[in-house]
Amino acid sequence: MLLLIARRLGLGLLVALTVMTLAFMLTRLSGDLAISIAGPSATQADVEIIRKAYGLDRPLYVQFFSWVGRAMVGDFGQSYFFKDSVSNLIARRLPITLTLGLVGLSLALIISIPLGILAAVRENTWLDRGVTMFTMVGQAIPSFWLALILMIVLGLNLGILPISGTGTWQHFVMPGIVLAFTAIPALTRLTRSGMIEAMASDYIRTARAKGLSRARIIFKHALRNAAIPVVSIAAVQLGFMLGGSIVIETVFALHGVGYLGWESIAKNDFPVVQAVVLVLAAIYIGLTLLSDILNALLDPRLRTG
Amino acid sequence: MSALLDIEDLEVMFGGRSAAVRGASLQVEKGETHCLVGESGCGKSVTALSIMNLLARGGRRSAKRMSFAGTDLLSLSDREMARLRGNRISMIFQEPMTSLNPAFTIGSQMAEVLTRHKGGSRTAALERAVELMGRVGITAPEMRLGQFPHQLSGGLRQRVMIAMALMCDPELLVADEPTTALDVTVQAQILRLLATLKRELGLAILLITHDLGIVARVADRVSVMYAGEVVERAPTAELFRSPQHPYTRGLLSCVPVPGRVQRDRPLGSIPGVVPAIGPGFAGCAFRSRCSHADASCEREIPRRQAGSAHDYLCRLAPEFSEPQPA
Amino acid sequence: MSEPIAIHAPLTSRVGVAGFTVGIVIVGIIAVAAITGNQLVPHDAFTQDLGNRLKPPFWMEGTQAGHLLGTDQLGRDYLARLVYGARISLLIGIMTVITSGLIGITLGVLGGFFGGRVDDAVLFAITTRLSIPVVLVALAVVGLMGSGLGLVVATLGLLLWDRFAVVARATTMQIRGLDYVNAARCAGASTLHLLVKEILPNIASHLAVVATLEMALAILLEAALSFLGLGVPPPLPSWGLMIAEGKDYMFFSPWVIMVPGVALFILVLGINLVGDGLRNLLGSERSR
Repeated sequence: MLLLIARRLGLGLLVALTVMTLAFMLTRLSGDLAISIAGPSATQADVEIIRKAYGLDRPLYVQFFSWVGRAMVGDFGQSYFFKDSVSNLIARRLPITLTLGLVGLSLALIISIPLGILAAVRENTWLDRGVTMFTMVGQAIPSFWLALILMIVLGLNLGILPISGTGTWQHFVMPGIVLAFTAIPALTRLTRSGMIEAMASDYIRTARAKGLSRARIIFKHALRNAAIPVVSIAAVQLGFMLGGSIVIETVFALHGVGYLGWESIAKNDFPVVQAVVLVLAAIYIGLTLLSDILNALLDPRLRTG
Repeated sequence: MSALLDIEDLEVMFGGRSAAVRGASLQVEKGETHCLVGESGCGKSVTALSIMNLLARGGRRSAKRMSFAGTDLLSLSDREMARLRGNRISMIFQEPMTSLNPAFTIGSQMAEVLTRHKGGSRTAALERAVELMGRVGITAPEMRLGQFPHQLSGGLRQRVMIAMALMCDPELLVADEPTTALDVTVQAQILRLLATLKRELGLAILLITHDLGIVARVADRVSVMYAGEVVERAPTAELFRSPQHPYTRGLLSCVPVPGRVQRDRPLGSIPGVVPAIGPGFAGCAFRSRCSHADASCEREIPRRQAGSAHDYLCRLAPEFSEPQPA
Repeated sequence: MSEPIAIHAPLTSRVGVAGFTVGIVIVGIIAVAAITGNQLVPHDAFTQDLGNRLKPPFWMEGTQAGHLLGTDQLGRDYLARLVYGARISLLIGIMTVITSGLIGITLGVLGGFFGGRVDDAVLFAITTRLSIPVVLVALAVVGLMGSGLGLVVATLGLLLWDRFAVVARATTMQIRGLDYVNAARCAGASTLHLLVKEILPNIASHLAVVATLEMALAILLEAALSFLGLGVPPPLPSWGLMIAEGKDYMFFSPWVIMVPGVALFILVLGINLVGDGLRNLLGSERSR
């Protein structure tokens, strides 16, 4: 078990390093950073000053290693635009994104797991087909469009929720619904197929032959096994959700990390872009690690293996 | 005296169109080992599952009579049937590797049978589990309680299944090809164990198998199944001595018996394959493979007596051959 | 006498076939509209008419004859723009799938076939790719290098190969050890021959399912990028861009976001139905 965690941790670190390299390369794609930062009206002299000030005159590999070295201890440099350290910016914005993620994920789980179980135990009925149709429809709705529709209906027509901003908990409701909606179809289908597979297995036949109650068969014997594939894919889903949160935060002007990323891209604020990519990747890596550990707890075969 | 398990004219349909079992009749007496034998696909497993009301989705059973110890099984609600399963009727399966839940310990899976049906504490249930594991020949039973199925071999898992089936002292154990997936040596151990349990606990066993060797070894009585029907029923010795139905005879001729089979003569075989039986089929299902078949085999076939406890489903009159010289 | 037992298709596959048909019809209609649209629609997608701004579609009051779906905030015919947008969506979807399919299938098949170190490397690449936030990186690339159709395709193609790789790897592993592959190997077939002639044709059906899903995803992502202003550049009428441009008017003229949004929804639903139908058909074939 410990060995497993250690191995995953090592892999995660390696992945993080690769992502750092990619993030660094990404921001150098545009060619000369100094020109971009200085803006279109700058003179040659301005550009030279900026190049010196930001250390862009050093060889690429020196820039890279100094960035990696400082990033390791949590120093991502200064934002060009916000006049603050990148770490401070992220520290301020991260709780908002995490809150949104938590709201979205809880909502998604509360809806999709019961729905998936229900569809599975009523396989091939109208209810099952209804759930499948719902997931098909859900997968096809663009999240930013759903967000706008909710703004019109809940915000304008009914006037029960604020349309955009960050102030209160109400500001998280609509974005949370939209974010949940991006994960519900996939999670529902996963739960459904996992439960169908489990319910058709020999050990469920044994459980029935033992005369156990239907509730115990479904919720103890089947769900425990169906949860294993769901948990491993849930991490990937969460990654998608994180990605989706950028769009959603931007639509709702919710000042989280995703919105910060969008702002900094629009403002050519490269240190922030690099850091946001890295932070989102790190969260994803952490989540997969968590799901691996959770799976090992759920599936005894993984523990000893 | 009425049988412990009494089934008459059982029919099982899947999807409303194809019949897997077509009017099978079967009686299991208290404390006997009854073998239900036939080729794969003849409906013997479906018969077993329909006794437990465990048919897969889409399967429907109907029967003239289906009673267990005087209780009509067909009229029981799902809830009442669940109270009987694992309690008074237990079942073990062909696939010991996959029949236990991989996510729970042996102890927890065994204990829940007792607490479900008899109540009582988990500790008491675990004690009972240890006792039964010892009884079915599992070494270090206390250690097994905390183990997971994947840590045990196939033979051990089947022993666990048997012990689990015995948790509530059932009157009937339905065993669906319990040894098919196991090594020959383990097979013999499991069969011996079943015989011992039957003797010591007064347990009736309905053993489903395709292996006539097993039948000869453990059965008190035999029902032979072909294409969804029970074509012949007899005490074991009588069946082997004077089989009446052409199918039974064909089946027995396929088994090499040392001393009785000449080396240079080919072993018997039944020509053709099991026919697919569509709706509206009438008459003898074996006629397409039977050398005695004629036009009258397309009509309803009477059940004939060949002895006080021996009957069969064929138009031919019984014939009794002398025991062949060894 | 032996009439065969009626083989009755399970309910799911019949429903699956129905969905598949509906999906094919939807995608077909949109594809035809995208190809022939400029001949059918009497207006041009780019001609502005500031006197006729934000005219509502035919089912609402105040509609303008000739503009079936109304006009946008610059007086451009909405139907013409919608049809042109279909072309962009389909083009991006198809091109992205080709690019990402090439990358993903190559990696997946190599990893699955050779195993060992090669497979470790492929797995690592997949893990790394999954940990990269797609939308953010795509936004950053377009933001830094300037927007354009080709760049959007290239970016999405480079980012969306993971599922191709995962499926290609898993299915290749399954059939790598099968008899017919071994037989071909014993017959002295070269590795390249094995990969192209024996492996690829047999995993193609699974990859077709992935292709539909990825196409739907690419179309949705392009729309999202364009919506955020970092995708297809104006005045090209990408559906995402149309929604973004209509956003400022949506509280008073909700149809400006409804029309392109519903179009996007129907197209993606159609593609997903095709993919789901394919999966069901293959699934029932494989299991029985």
